[in-house]
Amino acid sequence: MGHAADHAHSGHSPFFQHHFIDMRQQASSAKLGMWLFLAQEVLFFSVLFMAYFIFRTLYPETWLVAHYKLDAALGGLNTVVLLFSSLTMALAVRAAQVNAKKQQVIMLAVTIACAFVFLVVKYFEYMSKIGKGLLPGNLYSYSGDIPGAPELFFTVYFCMTGLHGIHVVAGIIVLFWLLIRAGKGHFNSGYYSPMENVGLYWHLVDLVWIFLFPLLYLVK
Amino acid sequence: MTASTIETAGHGEAHGAEEPSYLAAKKGLMSWIFTVDHKRIGVMYLASIGLFFLIGGLLALGVRTMLLNPEGVNIFGADNPAQYKDWYNQVFTLHGAIMVFLVIVPSIPASLGNFLLPLQLGAKDVAFPKLNLASFHIYFVGSLFMIYAILSHSLDTGWTFYTPYSTTTSTSVIAATFGAFILGFSSIFTGLNFIVTVHKMRAPGLTWDRLPLLIWGLYATSVIQVLATPVVAITLLLLILERTIGIGIFDPTLGGDPVLYQHFFWFYSHPVVYVMILPAFGVISDMITAHSRKAIFGYKAIAASSVAIAFIGFLVWGHHMFVSGQSPIAATVFSFLTFAVAVPTAIKVFSWVATLYGGSIKFTAPMWYVYAFLFLFTIGGLTGIYLGALSVDVHLHDTYFVVAHFHYVMMGGTFFAFIGAIHHWWPKMFGKMYNETLAKVACFLSFTGFNLTFFSQFIMGAQGMPRRYATYAAEFQAYHVASTIGSYILAAGLFTSLFVMIHSLLKGEKAPQNPWNAVSLEWETTSPPIEHNFHGTPVVTHGPYDFPEIDESQATGHH
Repeated sequence: MGHAADHAHSGHSPFFQHHFIDMRQQASSAKLGMWLFLAQEVLFFSVLFMAYFIFRTLYPETWLVAHYKLDAALGGLNTVVLLFSSLTMALAVRAAQVNAKKQQVIMLAVTIACAFVFLVVKYFEYMSKIGKGLLPGNLYSYSGDIPGAPELFFTVYFCMTGLHGIHVVAGIIVLFWLLIRAGKGHFNSGYYSPMENVGLYWHLVDLVWIFLFPLLYLVK
Repeated sequence: MTASTIETAGHGEAHGAEEPSYLAAKKGLMSWIFTVDHKRIGVMYLASIGLFFLIGGLLALGVRTMLLNPEGVNIFGADNPAQYKDWYNQVFTLHGAIMVFLVIVPSIPASLGNFLLPLQLGAKDVAFPKLNLASFHIYFVGSLFMIYAILSHSLDTGWTFYTPYSTTTSTSVIAATFGAFILGFSSIFTGLNFIVTVHKMRAPGLTWDRLPLLIWGLYATSVIQVLATPVVAITLLLLILERTIGIGIFDPTLGGDPVLYQHFFWFYSHPVVYVMILPAFGVISDMITAHSRKAIFGYKAIAASSVAIAFIGFLVWGHHMFVSGQSPIAATVFSFLTFAVAVPTAIKVFSWVATLYGGSIKFTAPMWYVYAFLFLFTIGGLTGIYLGALSVDVHLHDTYFVVAHFHYVMMGGTFFAFIGAIHHWWPKMFGKMYNETLAKVACFLSFTGFNLTFFSQFIMGAQGMPRRYATYAAEFQAYHVASTIGSYILAAGLFTSLFVMIHSLLKGEKAPQNPWNAVSLEWETTSPPIEHNFHGTPVVTHGPYDFPEIDESQATGHH
């Protein structure tokens, strides 16, 4: 492309993208891009939250009885695990900002491990529901007595936690990518946008769970 | 010539005449399929949209031909009336689904928006060029699902996929809705890219109040795309789950509600009509100023009205559901807000007309399309108000009046603006001029054909002709025949436009850098532009419609 003569900025990161004017513009753009992506994720989940509120209003007795079939202890454990993973993610970003490569890798690895713990706990929860026939809609076959429309409670439960779980899996994939890059020493005080922006995504995944947990598990 | 300067930031390369245009910069199919150049991506979108418009348009001609006779016209050789009606349902559904999801929603933003946004901002590309390419690839994959749906069991639910029919019919609902789901992400990523580019990559001196109104239009459109599309995405996923495992949220036998589907669906599908029209408003502002050589009347009002329309547009979805059984209070609020959203829209139309007054108007082909737009969109917009009135809508809902209304706004509005805009920016995009006379003939045919096709539909709709009916009462035949003849004339006009474009590419005269002597940034670089758009970083010192003779004649000027 022959733009060697164009470089008014010397010594920039090898990850500088040349359609930008400088790293500051690049980092600022990446951050705004991630915030917009998060905004659309909120709207994505909002439909399910609406469904939750509509059906809870229509069938309050169902919600009151059915939620006891969920294991609040396991849900609580998952909440703590995700909160902790948000902490380690934030520490990973901080490590990148202060050029601490080993710390970045460790913190990312712990974050990923927490995400896996979350999924394993969810696996056990789901298996228990499947075993008892507490399933969505037409698949519902629970032999016990739950008033109203329990099929819809479990539709809402599985759709909300399922969609959230898919986002955890996607997060794990992206975190692995980040881990590999951090291991190669890509991130430092001059360039840590990918860490920061994945961090934002991960915090949103955590935040969605913070809403999901009380709404599904702690109904009064 | 203009008051802005292009700085050359120490560029070691040869100047304009020697650096190849973006079309010639790299060669080979792979250099297009894997390009990250927003201009090439825009051109690929333009070709794809054109192709799907052709398919959707042929389906429309199919619908119209089948309606020539009250008992139908068996052009596809159905074995019996029941099968004929099934096939009719498929033809109009596919026409609608292709036109909405593959043509009109991406139309201006994906093709012209991609091409022009960085140029008008003085940037080298959008903020995330690889995401831009991903948007195009995602569009391509989404369209494959749609094509698969057509070729497998087709689709007969109407483009709206209402439950319970969509959850029980044996047609390829899952493939089509999954295709729409994927296309939604193409839309979201484009919108995201545009918003970041406008915020972060404006050239020095390009303040918000100096942005071309096309940028304001694309910006408002992008906000809607980012916020509304995810809602339909999850709605369609829920529809797929309802269809496959029967989750029950739309099924009354399991405690669910089919009207809930309508609420979720229209929460996106109403804002999406503003995604369709706001870019059209943007191109109209840019064209009407250039071809009447006059600054826009009411720049701030037009810019603010784009944002207002985007906002209020999120609050009116219930006007598609006045007869669905929703509460009278909800219906009243939706009706009121529907009237409210017409206000910023009308402000634009008045501002455009005021822009013309005292201008030095050139009756070019793009200007013909602008005039056509003003006439057709005004009719379309006003008839939306008729439909927004509760008691009137009870009579007009699901009649041809609705069909005529939305074709007047979406086709008479968006598509006419789109064709005009393609002509206006064609010299910039391809470095060729087109045949003005033939372009005007095409506009005349399209305009005449369009009005004949759809005005008759207002009348028969008001007289009770229902939409989506394969057969109808004999009293409506004259209107249907007129409408069908109109559709053939419209088709002739559109094919003439296609001919004009292809002829221009093959044999068109080489275009000057700025054939219209317009003053927004895209005209300050070569036609077609070089790969990196500008030779240095442009510095902007005036507004997008500050023609030099205006500056000279205004002693003070307030810009």
